[in-house]
Amino acid sequence: MKESDPIQRASGILPAGTPAPNFALNSTPDQTVRLSELRSRPVILAFYPADWSPVCGDQLALYNEILPEFREYGAELVAVSVDGPWCHAAFARDRKLRFPLLSDFEPKGAVSRLYGAYRDEDGYSERALFVIDADGVIRWSYRSPVGVNPGADGILKALDSLGRRPEPAGVSA
Amino acid sequence: MSDGHLTPPVSSADHAAGRDDASLTLVEYGDYECNYCGMAYPIVKAAQRALGDRLRFVFRNFPLAEAHPHARQAAQAAEAAAAQEKFWPMHDLLFEHQDALGDADLLRYAQTLALDVARIARELEAGTYAKRVRDDFRSGVRSGVNGTPTFFVNGERYDGSWADEEAFVGALRGASEVRVGE
Repeated sequence: MKESDPIQRASGILPAGTPAPNFALNSTPDQTVRLSELRSRPVILAFYPADWSPVCGDQLALYNEILPEFREYGAELVAVSVDGPWCHAAFARDRKLRFPLLSDFEPKGAVSRLYGAYRDEDGYSERALFVIDADGVIRWSYRSPVGVNPGADGILKALDSLGRRPEPAGVSA
Repeated sequence: MSDGHLTPPVSSADHAAGRDDASLTLVEYGDYECNYCGMAYPIVKAAQRALGDRLRFVFRNFPLAEAHPHARQAAQAAEAAAAQEKFWPMHDLLFEHQDALGDADLLRYAQTLALDVARIARELEAGTYAKRVRDDFRSGVRSGVNGTPTFFVNGERYDGSWADEEAFVGALRGASEVRVGE
């Protein structure tokens, strides 16, 4: 329950204050999402071990329910695992997920490694969360034990600290 | 990050069964259409029987509406029943009939409980309690709920097992005997 800073530091995930490394990953077999395209709004980057495993399913199902809350901050949620795009497509359809699942598939785990969120011994991503501000800087990061659903309270607290941006790019002049 | 503190704390706005001065307050965030919550339902009842006046039980709504199409409406039906002083009887009926939570079923349960059915039908139609249910859900997210059911014991998230009745009651009994000041 009291998983906190010591483990987070020891895990080597990129800490708050680090510019978020850019990436381009497939969200579907023929579509790519670039982190840089999401600038101007906060991004929630959720690495998770695998599609179909029950804990991830719960975590992503929870985030699916909380999307309206995330959107109140103008934030985009993207989830990343090493599963291939066809696997993601089937999983997202089955669970009715309304946010993109990105495939860190080839070279396997490359983006997860960039964020310090890859488990070499297992060959999949950590369960790690990053909140990136509109300028592309990581403002909060957290690594959860692989078997523990981290919930969303930490994400919301991090978004709180960014201040609300209900309408990204909505102000003219 | 996830301190798992109940936010906001239990107040008179909550649905509570038991005495306000009970040494132990158990809060459940639950979903009437969730199988695991259905499994937890008799276990909570057993804990209430075993601990009697020492336990106050509070239920907050956490409908996973994307996964459970009837969950939100069922939660609103329980809130509508609460407005007629019948929250717990409706709560029980919903958990005892998890496979029949369609709109017609909800009104049938209202009838069984001799509630003002027309009023409930109107309130469900108007979404009178939608905000209340949504507020419960948000408070759960803020409190560190990470699935259903999630329990809080005296304001702290309970991460132990609840599926084993004896172990759960034992853990609660232990918590009820710890008095922090008076």
